[in-house]
Amino acid sequence: MREVAIVGADMIKFGRYPDKDVVQLASEAALGALKDAGIEIKDVQLMVSGNLYQAHAMVGQRIMKEIGATGIPVLNVANACATGSTAFREAYLAVASGAYDIALVVGSEQMGKMGLLDFPGGKDPTYSTEGVMGTGLMPGVFALTGVEHMRKYGTKMEQFAKIAVKNHKHSVHNPYAQYQVETPLEAVLNARLIAWPNTLYMCCPTGDGAAAAVLMSAEKARQYTNQPVWVAASVLTSDPWNPRNPSMYDVNTLTRDAAQQAYEMAGLGPEDLSQVELHDCFATAELVHYENLMLCPEGEAGRLIDEGETYVGGRIPVNASGGLLSKGHPLGATGVANMVEITWHLRGQAGARQVEGSKVGLAHVIGLGSACTVHILKK
Amino acid sequence: MTQPETQVQKKARPLVPFLRIPDDYPDAQPYLWGSRCGNCGTAYLGSRLACAKCGSADPFTEIQLSDEGEIYVFTVVYQSVPGLESPYVAAIIDLPEGVSVRANVYGLDVDKPSPDWFGKKVKMYTEKVRVDREGNDIIAAKYRVVGS
Repeated sequence: MREVAIVGADMIKFGRYPDKDVVQLASEAALGALKDAGIEIKDVQLMVSGNLYQAHAMVGQRIMKEIGATGIPVLNVANACATGSTAFREAYLAVASGAYDIALVVGSEQMGKMGLLDFPGGKDPTYSTEGVMGTGLMPGVFALTGVEHMRKYGTKMEQFAKIAVKNHKHSVHNPYAQYQVETPLEAVLNARLIAWPNTLYMCCPTGDGAAAAVLMSAEKARQYTNQPVWVAASVLTSDPWNPRNPSMYDVNTLTRDAAQQAYEMAGLGPEDLSQVELHDCFATAELVHYENLMLCPEGEAGRLIDEGETYVGGRIPVNASGGLLSKGHPLGATGVANMVEITWHLRGQAGARQVEGSKVGLAHVIGLGSACTVHILKK
Repeated sequence: MTQPETQVQKKARPLVPFLRIPDDYPDAQPYLWGSRCGNCGTAYLGSRLACAKCGSADPFTEIQLSDEGEIYVFTVVYQSVPGLESPYVAAIIDLPEGVSVRANVYGLDVDKPSPDWFGKKVKMYTEKVRVDREGNDIIAAKYRVVGS
């Protein structure tokens, strides 16, 4: 496998764009990434699109018709919330394999306000189990994950709430975030409950967004940039058997597997990381992933947030972007946006939220059902 | 000439495939059922083509699941699908056969979620929750805390 670098990266501010369609949003990000790489669409040899809501609707080809219909191969990827990062990985593999030298990956989503409740292709509501035989709604599912950590380690609701305090504080410095509002602990704890122990501010918003990256072989990368960001590891896992799954989703085991494989592939360990962008769809999720990604020993995730180690300026900054909690989570865009964020930090372009001297960043995404990607990027 | 109204036998139908409603319902009680792998013994809700744990497609044995279990983890869902009554306690119930089921649990104070709920013994009951478009009663499995 060849070395692969990110040479171009861009995203649009996540938010709500009712007057635009998803192809316009995606094209803005794609054009931005091409410009950042210093190339034109005719230089691109492979395009990979990540989009979930319109997985059947050839979003990738529609983007190419908007930005340059050059007739190159286009791949449309869907993998739940890991859609964007899986698309990134497909582009990475295609360049690493030697088949292509320059690939463009674009992640996009237009969710509107209903989020997954309005997801196309839902089942007959007459036979919905929701609220009759438990819950399958995302706030509830990820609440269960946090409550399992409570059961094992005595974790408190306040500790989960502190995750939201941190990420919303980080978001104030990220102009690309959907929300840039600081929320003190009292405000988080007193916000209305969505699914205990997650209150409103402990849940990511629904919204629209797009992000894009240009990947190149090492040889090409050196032609176009003196600041290549290397893909040191790219891993995708699905969930191994677990006796409670799928009645209870297990977001832990496949994340641990992916992290282990990624550290091995990169020849690095958690102690080498300058920063992490992880999948904080809910505050409860971020806390358990501290242990899953081995940022702290088993059972010490609560202590990690209590001691502020995951703040920018702390030992291991997590979600300097504000995370999904503030930045937003337009499903297909999320995984690519993580790469864009870390690329900016590694280049020293992250503005007021810059993790000083960042050299190695880890990006983690979970798509429930489940798919997990872990990427390690380095200078 | 008017057509005589067709008499269609309305039936009770399970909300989920792993809830079985006996032919002589409501005289006989519905129960949860599953399958056990002929190779490694792993139990599953409902039917299986092969084993997710060992990969074997050896014949599976059907098993009747216990109607008693205990709460593994829970949440209280406050904001749900529009039109659905909330809050409700949604839990993962561990059954003695080694499988778990998603369920609503009753007999707990929804305003006071607490770690005391871990491991609480619960017992299954069934209830008509809706009527489908053909007019059949839809039956769901629910749980109540033992002694509540």
